[in-house]
Amino acid sequence: MNAPLVLGIETSCDETGIGIVRGRQLLSNTIASSMDEHARYGGVVPEVAARAHLEALQPSIDAALAEAGVTLADLDAVAVTSGPGLAGALMVGVGAAKGLAVALDKPLYAVNHLVGHIAADILDADAGELEYPTVALLVSGGHTSLLLVRDLTSDVELLGETMDDAAGEAFDKVARLLKLPYPGGPEIDRAAAEGDPTAIRFPRGLSRASDMASHRYDFSFSGLKTAVARWVEQHEAAGKPVPVADVAASFREAVVDVLVTKALDACARHGVPRLLLGGGVIANKRLREVALERAAAAGVAVRIPPLRLCTDNGAMIAALAAELISSGRRPSTLAFGADSTLPVTEIQVAEDPDAETPAPRAGATP
Amino acid sequence: MPGRGGGYPGTVILGIDTSLGTAVAAIARDGEVLADEQSGNPLGHAEVIGDLLLRATAGAPAPTHVAIGMGPGPFTGLRVGIATARVYALGRGVPVVPVPSHDGIALGVLLSDALTGGETGRFAVVTDARRKEFAYSIYEGIDDDGLPVRSSDAQLSPRDDLDARLDAAGARRYDATTVSAAMIALAAARALDAGRTLADAEPLYLRSPDVVAAHAPKRVS
Ligand SMILES: [Zn+2]
Repeated sequence: MNAPLVLGIETSCDETGIGIVRGRQLLSNTIASSMDEHARYGGVVPEVAARAHLEALQPSIDAALAEAGVTLADLDAVAVTSGPGLAGALMVGVGAAKGLAVALDKPLYAVNHLVGHIAADILDADAGELEYPTVALLVSGGHTSLLLVRDLTSDVELLGETMDDAAGEAFDKVARLLKLPYPGGPEIDRAAAEGDPTAIRFPRGLSRASDMASHRYDFSFSGLKTAVARWVEQHEAAGKPVPVADVAASFREAVVDVLVTKALDACARHGVPRLLLGGGVIANKRLREVALERAAAAGVAVRIPPLRLCTDNGAMIAALAAELISSGRRPSTLAFGADSTLPVTEIQVAEDPDAETPAPRAGATP
Repeated sequence: MPGRGGGYPGTVILGIDTSLGTAVAAIARDGEVLADEQSGNPLGHAEVIGDLLLRATAGAPAPTHVAIGMGPGPFTGLRVGIATARVYALGRGVPVVPVPSHDGIALGVLLSDALTGGETGRFAVVTDARRKEFAYSIYEGIDDDGLPVRSSDAQLSPRDDLDARLDAAGARRYDATTVSAAMIALAAARALDAGRTLADAEPLYLRSPDVVAAHAPKRVS
């Protein structure tokens, strides 16, 4: 069977992502971000994001087709993120995908955003084949999840996730405390460059022995954020200047430490010497450094997709659908919606028992 | 070559509106309704729109235009229809025709009154705008192009103030809870015939995103 040509639509947060893949080959990864519009609010505003998605859809689809050098008629299938994410934002993509699938009379695959982040890895032509099982740590402004992936298309288990803020959100909130601009990740990184990561010992959430029974792989960053706020307030109350660099470095170290410790603990306890990193926060250099260093010491191989495939994008959604097609999965019905809390075990939504697996047209060039 | 006003035989206009519920219809340019699908559920736009679209297009000839109800209406639902319609049109390679959703409602009121011989007079189409507000547009009769004469564009009013405003405007109140996609398509057909544009390409939100700029973090100790 020829590799299926799939267009993926991703609108779960503030990036309108349109991706086109042919099987595992990336043809276009077009992203329109509304991040600048959220900057003055200090965080993603769902209504602002949803409006931006509606505006960006058509131009992004046109740009993606042009870059990939294909036409809509060439497509074998359409894919879309059904969840998790911001409901109103997701719905824009779901509507668009249904419109496109009906217009083209092509099968539609509704897929899971988090599993899409894992699928991003298979588009990295320079990396070897993704081996199973692997632990995956997905960190962004919208999610912080630790997964055990036995098979991309059929078996993904949630080991743990954040109980409150996502790691990226914690960066944004602490950046605000330190009067740094949005988005917080790169700003904290910059401020931390000259700081001492051991200057202040901030708490590591859900890392006590007593947390191990029920929250071994879960995360919590709101206590950390409060601890930073309290530390800064006390310092200011005492009339002392806040050592922004040290606070930023110490805060970042606490986040990175918890993320890497729990991910490697999962690798060890499941006997899995492989760790896949994904999500926009992977852009954080210190996180990558610490992960690579400590994983090497633990004998764990780390995979990090190229950054443009780590942030939210449509190519990863198309890639996941292409894998589903290749593994013989039937398309989704047209009757699914946006599911803001879609569990990671639901890799595909609303598979249609009556549909046939799409076979790319004969004569389609591989 | 058929004239513009005669109902070009090949023309089929698909209408999509999700400003109140979810509705998809297809009409010929002369107004003949080829398909008319709607969901009774006022919510669940994203869930139902694909099947309604499929049913509305399966039996009818391929649409040559896509008419979109641009609101006003609750934003989240409204966007589903606009996104679906725009990308469907992109997929078919046909143009979109934006229509104020209230125009579709008004056209339905005027045609129905004309059938029963009723005198419509000045009236206001009123729809729910959430947050203790209504959206309303004022109309007065139908023009030579067969389109409702909109004397006041859609705007918001606090619920408690609406009746006083309409009294002052001398407009009868017409509360609508559904929009006919066939009427959206018919308004578009008549606008096309007349070479007129009824609405901007962007949704009639009538309200900015409800957010305030970041303020100083609140104290924790
Ligand atoms: Zn994501």
